[in-house]
Amino acid sequence: MTVTVKIPTVLRKHTDGNATIEASGASVKELIQDIVRQYPDFKERVLSDDDQLHRFINVYANDEDVRYLDGIDTKVSDGDTVAILPAVAGGSGGSANEVSETNRSDRPA
Amino acid sequence: MSDFTDEQVNRYARHIILPEVGGAGQRKLLDASVLIVGAGGLGSAVAMYLAAAGVGRIGLADHDAVDLTNLQRQILHTTADVGRPKTVSGAETINAINPGVDVVTIDARLDSSNASDAIAGFDLVVDGSDNFPTRYLLNDACYLAVKPLVSGAIFQYEGQVTTFNGGRPCYRCLFPSPPAPGTVPNCAQAGVFGALAGTIGTIQATEAIKLICGIGTPLVGFLLLYDALEVRFNRVRVTRDEACPLCGSSPEIMRLIDYEEFCSR
Repeated sequence: MTVTVKIPTVLRKHTDGNATIEASGASVKELIQDIVRQYPDFKERVLSDDDQLHRFINVYANDEDVRYLDGIDTKVSDGDTVAILPAVAGGSGGSANEVSETNRSDRPA
Repeated sequence: MSDFTDEQVNRYARHIILPEVGGAGQRKLLDASVLIVGAGGLGSAVAMYLAAAGVGRIGLADHDAVDLTNLQRQILHTTADVGRPKTVSGAETINAINPGVDVVTIDARLDSSNASDAIAGFDLVVDGSDNFPTRYLLNDACYLAVKPLVSGAIFQYEGQVTTFNGGRPCYRCLFPSPPAPGTVPNCAQAGVFGALAGTIGTIQATEAIKLICGIGTPLVGFLLLYDALEVRFNRVRVTRDEACPLCGSSPEIMRLIDYEEFCSR
């Protein structure tokens, strides 16, 4: 079955910029495996060495945290929505200037 | 019975006339004290709306000086403030909006040695910090002190807001551990959409005002997600973790610890 997985901004550079991915699988684990097949870099971003979800990455199946369902083995079905959500800490207090020479241009990209 | 001055009746008329707020709610606001941690993008919106609403005492904790790169989103500060401590600049803006607010500035980075004292004199805490150590620290300090905590965070185009009211669930139930230092880009490296800080900070201010007035339903047990690019709000459930080391059934954290300490466990 195919489930639409929402990818947060911070991880999109590992999914060719895609905000949603159509993934196949009957569980969260199978969905992630399918995404990793499409985007190998994605794996270490969401999974730890023991193939469990990082503790700072939440996955929601229909808005419920899978940690309180069956974890990475939580079953999914057609039409479910799955969202990946990392902890973010920004309060926009930072002041370092990271603008590089390449993005100083004001011309349309 | 009315203890409001004429100036207060006029200044707060639009709140007083709301049936749910009323004079009683406005009195609660005037008697309330809120600590805002971080006078940055989130803290700016929070501070300005709480000042405008007449929160009697506002604490502002920040150890940074205003930088030109801040001004794209940190509306508490102006171009003339570059180089000045954010607490000083912030206090001036708050009092320019509302001279009736008593501003308490804390010009220090909060850690396990000073956080309990910092929050002690306030009714509730709003987290607008820009780092994980402070987020876990405030969560623990507010849980241990049984104090409401309105937490907001932003990254690029996305924001998250939730309210912890005496813990259960707490921030550790939501995110049991932080990412390893250096693995997640910060806003300076990745950018942040300026107006997003206003959206999320304003929701935090809304939560704080609701909690003080005792109206509506706070965002307890839910995490509100906002995607500015798609203009989409979503709510996901935050569940109490029975195994949470802070608010779970067999707690291990009985005193404040610093990030490095629990990171290496």
